[in-house]
Amino acid sequence: MSKFSVLFRTTAVRLSALYLVLFSLCAAFLVFYVTGMSERLLQQQTREAIAAESAQVEGVYERAGVSGLLRSLERRARQPGANLYVIAGPSGEILAGNVAGLEPGLLDDEGWTSEPFRYRRFTDEGGAERHVALAQVLVLDNGLRILVGRDLQEPEKFRALVRQALMVALGIMGLGALVIWFGIGRNALKRIDRMSEASTKIMAGDLSQRLPMSGSGDEFDRLSESLNAMLGRIEKLNEGLKQVSDNIAHDLKTPLTRLRNKAEAALASTDGGNQSGALEEIIAESDQLIRTFNALLMISRVEAGSAPAEMSDVDLSQIVADCVELYEPVAEDNALRLESDVAPGVVISGNRELIGQALGNLIDNAIKYAEGAANPSIRVEMKKSDRHVMLAVADHGPGIPEDMRGEVVKRFVRLDESRSKPGTGLGLSLVEAVMEMHRGSMELSATEGDERGLTVRMVFPAAAT
Amino acid sequence: MVTRMKILIVEDDLEAAAYLAKAFREAGIVSDHASDGESGLFMASENTYDVLVVDRMLPRRDGLSLITELRRRGVHTPVLILSALGQVDDRVTGLRAGGDDYLPKPYAFSELLARVEVLGRRKGAPEQDMVYRVGDLELDRLSHSVRRQGKEIPLQPREFRLLEYLMKNAGQVVTRTMLLENVWDYHFDPQTNVIDVHVSRLRSKIEKDFDPPLLRTVRGAGYMIKDDRTSDT
Repeated sequence: MSKFSVLFRTTAVRLSALYLVLFSLCAAFLVFYVTGMSERLLQQQTREAIAAESAQVEGVYERAGVSGLLRSLERRARQPGANLYVIAGPSGEILAGNVAGLEPGLLDDEGWTSEPFRYRRFTDEGGAERHVALAQVLVLDNGLRILVGRDLQEPEKFRALVRQALMVALGIMGLGALVIWFGIGRNALKRIDRMSEASTKIMAGDLSQRLPMSGSGDEFDRLSESLNAMLGRIEKLNEGLKQVSDNIAHDLKTPLTRLRNKAEAALASTDGGNQSGALEEIIAESDQLIRTFNALLMISRVEAGSAPAEMSDVDLSQIVADCVELYEPVAEDNALRLESDVAPGVVISGNRELIGQALGNLIDNAIKYAEGAANPSIRVEMKKSDRHVMLAVADHGPGIPEDMRGEVVKRFVRLDESRSKPGTGLGLSLVEAVMEMHRGSMELSATEGDERGLTVRMVFPAAAT
Repeated sequence: MVTRMKILIVEDDLEAAAYLAKAFREAGIVSDHASDGESGLFMASENTYDVLVVDRMLPRRDGLSLITELRRRGVHTPVLILSALGQVDDRVTGLRAGGDDYLPKPYAFSELLARVEVLGRRKGAPEQDMVYRVGDLELDRLSHSVRRQGKEIPLQPREFRLLEYLMKNAGQVVTRTMLLENVWDYHFDPQTNVIDVHVSRLRSKIEKDFDPPLLRTVRGAGYMIKDDRTSDT
């Protein structure tokens, strides 16, 4: 019973029960309306037939008198399916006709019987009036009463039959609904049970678990799908968090140790000049730490997704022009040419600061690593197609081997030979996070026409116009 | 006689506030201290300060609401917001609340000092002056021309804006981040010495054929344009 009550609490079962009740009400109303209407129609037809017959009977009496009337009624009464005929004396005693008994007082008033009445046939046994009829009573000038009527059994039977059919149909419907409820409800309950089982495991800490999908594409599957996408995101964020804490342990402790060592050395030193030099080094070291810390925080915040308020329509061409202009003198000081080929007036939805920072990181990287390259040029290019805006920074430096391209995007990962260069090891991670936030992507490849060299492409979705 | 600048520090970290007060005093700036938002609001409304330095997170009334309330009361003292929050839009919300400048923690004191001095002297800054002069260097904001000793010096548009900002704050230290913010309108960390390269280019243009040098590098802080022959004004 409790299982049944659980079943009844499922939405599918509740809804179908509601529909069943509504449908039954409508069906019942329809049937009663139809039978009622047909009954009224039949009664009206009956009355019309009786009225016609009465007129005929009255005519016979006027033409042929009482004897003619009697003959005529005898003949009519013998016909198959005949109407009811009664000739009665002024006091109501039945003189002739095909009716054995009537409700008393029925013949007292002339005209229509006010409602269907009961009568007894000659073929009936016992004294009760069992049949139902409708009749008109005529009073002749000699006091005789004539009743012309018609039996109502046929329409009554018809109505009973229709109602019975309705009851049976409703019964079958109810039974069918019960079976379907049970099927649907049990199926739904089973799937929900499986889903809660999976979520219990997830809550226990196994974030790799996914909700089961039946592959039918129904509402449960759609729900599972979006919940699974959510779980994927949570898993990724969680991994990111884990990675960050691991990296903090590795890459922040080292400079902290250096910082502490320097402070100790400064404290131990008695030479004032040494001391202030060491303090300056400490400040520089902590500035670098702060910088690393800020970059880490920024990446985490960008990856965690940002409020749409931070996004607005920005002129990407202008940002690129700004960055090129900002870095151009530094490039020149490093004996590099910073060339740009930028489509004008490209507007996308984005965050100006973050795009500027990302592009700045790429140009900065290119300047750092392309120094002394055979082809001392860095090319910033922006192209717009129907669906994408592609922004690329290409250099002719040592490049990144293909198998390392996935690695360098990770936080703090730097190629061995680049340890000598300053940097946090977070530049490309930030670019990737920024691209993800803009629903775009970052691609690394070798520079075209150069077996070495690195090209980083930032691909933005084109703004819907 | 230069009147000393007077500022109010609203900061709940007492140690940090004591350090700031000492450092400002050494820089010739008098400071008062309030340790929560309500008393900060009271002091800022009752007394006259040149600059308010307000921490974003304060007990009893947070920094942003303090600024909003001050502005509502018609107090327009320049406010510099200090914040440990580092979100991308943090600066925007701070400035929207009525702050005039924003500095994320941790910061270098030289950065804070430079910004407070620029904010505090803004009242007297020749905002509406069409011509800035430092020694024999002249910058005409209308015609976008720069002359030194009467000779026209051609500058790129960005170099012009760089010089304009430096001269507007002549005699004051301007940090690299201030330059990036005010001349380029970006707030990110450019990592390399991009600003230094721009400044040294500008310097070579305005000083190569002329004497004396005007644009000085202030070690550990930033840059300052100043004519050494004229006394402090």
